[in-house]
Amino acid sequence: MLEIKDICFTRDNKKILDHVNLNIDTDKFVVITGPNGSGKSTLVKIIMGITKPDTGKILLEGKDITNLSIDKRSKLGIAFAFQQPVKFKGITVYDLLKLSSEKEINKNEACNILSKVGLCAKEYVDREVNGSLSGGELKRIEIATVAVRNSKLTIFDEPEAGIDLWSFQSLIKIFEDMRKIVKGTTLIISHQERILNIADEIVLMKDGKIEAKGDKEKLLGQVLEKPICCKLGGSKDNG
Amino acid sequence: MDKIDANLLHEIADMQNETFEGAYNIRKNGKGIERKVTDNINIVTKKDVSGIDIYVKENTKFEIVHIPVIITESGLNDVVYNDFYIGKNANVVIIAGCGIHNDHHKDSQHDGIHRFFLEEGSKVKYIEKHYGEGKGTGKRILNPVTEVHLKNGATLEMDSTQIKGVDSTVRETKGILEENTNFVVTEKIMTHGMQNAKTIFEVELNGKNSSTKVTSRSVATENSTQQFESKVVGNTESFGHVECDAIIKDNGKVVAIPEIIANDVNANLIHEAAIGKIAGEQLMKLMTLGLSEKEAEQAIIDGFLK
Repeated sequence: MLEIKDICFTRDNKKILDHVNLNIDTDKFVVITGPNGSGKSTLVKIIMGITKPDTGKILLEGKDITNLSIDKRSKLGIAFAFQQPVKFKGITVYDLLKLSSEKEINKNEACNILSKVGLCAKEYVDREVNGSLSGGELKRIEIATVAVRNSKLTIFDEPEAGIDLWSFQSLIKIFEDMRKIVKGTTLIISHQERILNIADEIVLMKDGKIEAKGDKEKLLGQVLEKPICCKLGGSKDNG
Repeated sequence: MDKIDANLLHEIADMQNETFEGAYNIRKNGKGIERKVTDNINIVTKKDVSGIDIYVKENTKFEIVHIPVIITESGLNDVVYNDFYIGKNANVVIIAGCGIHNDHHKDSQHDGIHRFFLEEGSKVKYIEKHYGEGKGTGKRILNPVTEVHLKNGATLEMDSTQIKGVDSTVRETKGILEENTNFVVTEKIMTHGMQNAKTIFEVELNGKNSSTKVTSRSVATENSTQQFESKVVGNTESFGHVECDAIIKDNGKVVAIPEIIANDVNANLIHEAAIGKIAGEQLMKLMTLGLSEKEAEQAIIDGFLK
């Protein structure tokens, strides 16, 4: 459903993405992993249209979206959860969910979505999406804003970044339930073993290139041997 | 009452079906045109100057008073003095505001001087909206003055909004607080074109355990300018918090001048001010939700001024 063709992106004489080619199939749960600086975040930002590639093409269901704006890509069915959730002044959680949803949603529906991401809905629905919320709370709200869209392709840019271990321990369950919450294809950047464990496919990036791509069964062992993967989310033993 | 009057009253006082609930006094082009009093709320015309005295009996609970002013005559300069006397332990909502419709070249101006005298234990929610419309080149000018006197245990919460169509405004708000009182002010202003808005807050915390919270949120677009001055004086054990947040767009300019004065070691005073354009990341987030850049900008401003 998503084809990335020969994408290059260079900044300050550094090749961030070097002729990247990648195909993502419909309804797959794909985890992109790799060391810091391997180009993972840049790649997903290019898919969303937040960053423009120097060369190459992106096709969504066969349609060339390379030159489309962020909002047009969103309307075609791409959703994006930011690594650092954005804060607002005056905009409440309910306002943001209303803006996120393609159809009108009432407060009860908004509360249902919040419950799915592990927030006690009544406490949060009327709160402002501002700095008074913790990193973990903002992450969950960010997930709710993409989950409510029911997009064809939902992208998560390193959801574990910027939150403490304890918050992540409880957040990880949501990603394990992700298939129930988010419909369609999921593309998620992560280093966490528990997230890699629930993937259909794993994409390993290094130095701006796709080093390996394949079924979880095939690639998980290879990825876990490398020091990039983190067991902090809980190993099979304690999970 | 014609369509223009009804629309102005709807904008500033949310009038439905050409009437108000509770006591009211409607002033049009410098004269009172309609009034209703209730058993607990009396409205009396002043004899020395233009304006009214509003008396709320003690222990009056949950009544509403509307005192809207509308101006449809170009070139009129209307000055009004309204005094509110709120009895002990009363709890009321007062909705004021001024709407100007000016289709001509002469300036129209309204200066409303409102004084509030709250007796012990009383509570007032004061809502004030300012609005201008019309196709004329004559300016729409509004200069409200609000003076609040709070006696022991009284609280006043003031919501002041000016979103559209006012070319020039100087808004002065003054609070004098005795023991155990609370004065909360929330101001929202949006200016555009060549408009100019100036806000002056001055609160004296004279009584022990008196407190104030002033929140100003403003958006200055196109070539408009705004100035926010605030002065909170803590003369005893008291708490004051002033927060000024402004979004600037195009060539909009905002000046924030904070002043906090602690005359007592137990006075706790805070001033926060932030001015800046809409953050790129906020626009980007909303665009990932399918909003165009313009729609995203509007949603951010609507939320900010909500």
